[in-house]
Amino acid sequence: MNPAEQNQTETGSFWNDTGRTGIAAWIFSTDHKRIGLLYFYSVLSFFLIAVVLGVLLRIELMAPGRTIMGPQAYNAVFTVHGVLMIFLFIIPGFPGSFGNLIMPIQIGARDVAFPRLNLFSWWLYIVGAAAIVTSLFTGGGPPDTGWTFYVPFSARTGTNVTLAVLGVFIVGFSSILTGVNFITTIHRLRAPGMTWKRLPLFVWSLYATAWVQILATPILGITLVLVIAERVLGAGLFDPGRGGDPIMFQHLFWIYSHPAVYIMILPAMGVVSEIIPVFARKPVFGYNMIAFSSLAIAAAGSLVWGHHMYTSGMSDTAILVFSFLTFIVAIPSAIKVFNWVSTLYKGSISLEAPMLFILSFILLFSIGGLTGLILGAAATDIHVHDTQFVVGHFHYTIFGGAGFTFFGAMHYWLPKFYGRRYAEKPAVIGWALMFVGFNITYFSMMVLGLKGMPRRYYDYLPEFAPLNLTSTIGSWILVGGLVLILVNLFRGLRSGDPVGQNPWGGATLEWSIPTPPPTENFSADPVVTHGPYDFKGAGIP
Amino acid sequence: MSHPLHKDYAGAKLGMWLFLFTELILFSGLFLLYGAYLARYPHEFAAAGREMHLFFGTLNTAILITSSLLVAMAVTAIQRDERRTTLLLLGGTVLCAAVFLFNKYLEWSAEIGRGIYPGSPKLVAGPPGESVFYGLYYLTVGLHGLHVLVGGTLLTVVALRVRRGTIHGGDYVWLENGALYWHLVDLIWIFIFPLYYLIL
Repeated sequence: MNPAEQNQTETGSFWNDTGRTGIAAWIFSTDHKRIGLLYFYSVLSFFLIAVVLGVLLRIELMAPGRTIMGPQAYNAVFTVHGVLMIFLFIIPGFPGSFGNLIMPIQIGARDVAFPRLNLFSWWLYIVGAAAIVTSLFTGGGPPDTGWTFYVPFSARTGTNVTLAVLGVFIVGFSSILTGVNFITTIHRLRAPGMTWKRLPLFVWSLYATAWVQILATPILGITLVLVIAERVLGAGLFDPGRGGDPIMFQHLFWIYSHPAVYIMILPAMGVVSEIIPVFARKPVFGYNMIAFSSLAIAAAGSLVWGHHMYTSGMSDTAILVFSFLTFIVAIPSAIKVFNWVSTLYKGSISLEAPMLFILSFILLFSIGGLTGLILGAAATDIHVHDTQFVVGHFHYTIFGGAGFTFFGAMHYWLPKFYGRRYAEKPAVIGWALMFVGFNITYFSMMVLGLKGMPRRYYDYLPEFAPLNLTSTIGSWILVGGLVLILVNLFRGLRSGDPVGQNPWGGATLEWSIPTPPPTENFSADPVVTHGPYDFKGAGIP
Repeated sequence: MSHPLHKDYAGAKLGMWLFLFTELILFSGLFLLYGAYLARYPHEFAAAGREMHLFFGTLNTAILITSSLLVAMAVTAIQRDERRTTLLLLGGTVLCAAVFLFNKYLEWSAEIGRGIYPGSPKLVAGPPGESVFYGLYYLTVGLHGLHVLVGGTLLTVVALRVRRGTIHGGDYVWLENGALYWHLVDLIWIFIFPLYYLIL
């Protein structure tokens, strides 16, 4: 877009903090930008490991029968793939990395409200991650329960579930502290003039996310404690032979884990609301409704956990109520989609890499959301419950939704922090490969599920072979695109063309400070005089 | 750019309140299970509840309420900049915490001596509802005891900082937040006590 205006000398930037040197300058820094990058590289590392595991799963399913691993190894690989992707990548991903990098700057603050607590959160994340990684190689070997840790199997299996669950507990604590920190920051540290109605929509989405983190995560904590108690003490609270009830575990688990999908997707929706107006050169359509719908999704999404349990033996009344509530969540989600599309209408759309990722979000998330309604309706759910359809649906929402947005956010915001940018053409080619590969991989899964192929099986009937092979080939295209965009992005950040203060022409505050940002973001406390998408007010042509 | 000393009391207290909510919700999972299982096994719960040591429960309730009073008085004392009184009151609070845990030790020893603990042969052989009752009892009270330990440690650290003078009449948000945490520990016990000792 705009050519580089002026490139600040690097002395003032947060890269050149004085004080500690070497790695200590990072792992003991309380600067939100450094912590954001720590989170970013941590979650990205676990993402890449989990991608490799995912590809291994697809290779195993390439042909019927044993291809590269047996059933026990397959169980372990899909469990670890899920645990890493969910608990170590996508839940901490947005709040930890882009939330930390961007949110304080967008509200005109120098840092978060509790910088030391922020660093402590990252350390907790690392300790929890270390426990999870250790659990793979010690005790009875990697857990094989699926990422959901359902009892009674998780209470009995000889694999190292106890340590893995403890790790997830610690990571959950880290997530709670990030939530506490962000809500306090957004309430207390907004710059003069940064009214609630001038809050960038990414901040609104983080605010809603933080409430979910605070209100839902403790339930996961206590549930995991109970699983450990079952295993270590034999408390019998979920053991039918002793008066317990395994369905109570499912309730407690999903009371957290359904809202947790909104921890994954809400910040992504915030990123979409940031990028679309900038690349459509138009103020966002329906600001109030987008902000409100984030809160509405967070609230309604907390009441729908039962839709994971239609086949568990829950009462029909409960199924009816949960099904109804599930359909209600579709309303605020649709409000967002319509507002984004209305923002694009008659906009002067510029199709660069971040925008392409965001536009594919709208399509993929819509497919994921609509297939979610197939699962939310009790009658159809009974047919597709626990099939590959669920796997396809979930990847459409979380990978196609949150994942693609994460890559869009990387292309949009990381140049700001590195002062250099990636090459456009490979990024677009990589995006196209990912988009095509993604649809081949996961659409095949949904069709397989409708035909009746169950999830979590390493083997299948011969009639499922062609679509499984298609899906596996799609996964290679997907990974090819992923490798291309990552190599291109990181090469660009290292040695690409310099970027100026405001390469995309955005009106939010992060584009009003030098590139890379100085240590304390603003040389003087900013006074905000215009809204986040008021391009005229920000003096951007 | 000079870095102005940023002290945001309202922010610090807001953060603490949010954290306390998460603690309440942590316990709420156990209360939820209590409610669900009480509805399923009302008779077994009542029979097991009558076996509880009402004496220890009542004594510990009195101790915790007293300690909450002491810590609230400590906050008032530091507002008046009376360091000695603050220290005495905080010492009293921590002492109450220690006595509470000691009583818990006596109570649990007596119960374990009677063969009542999670996974014990006696409970495994007994009616299923009792096993669930005692399982929940040990987990809830154990988790609460852990919070007493954490709260006591926190208030000890606060007392040391009062003595060193880093917490004083002009800057006592640490003490206030520590007291808030202690009130939470007290509050949760106020729910545990009737549920396990009284109403059954």
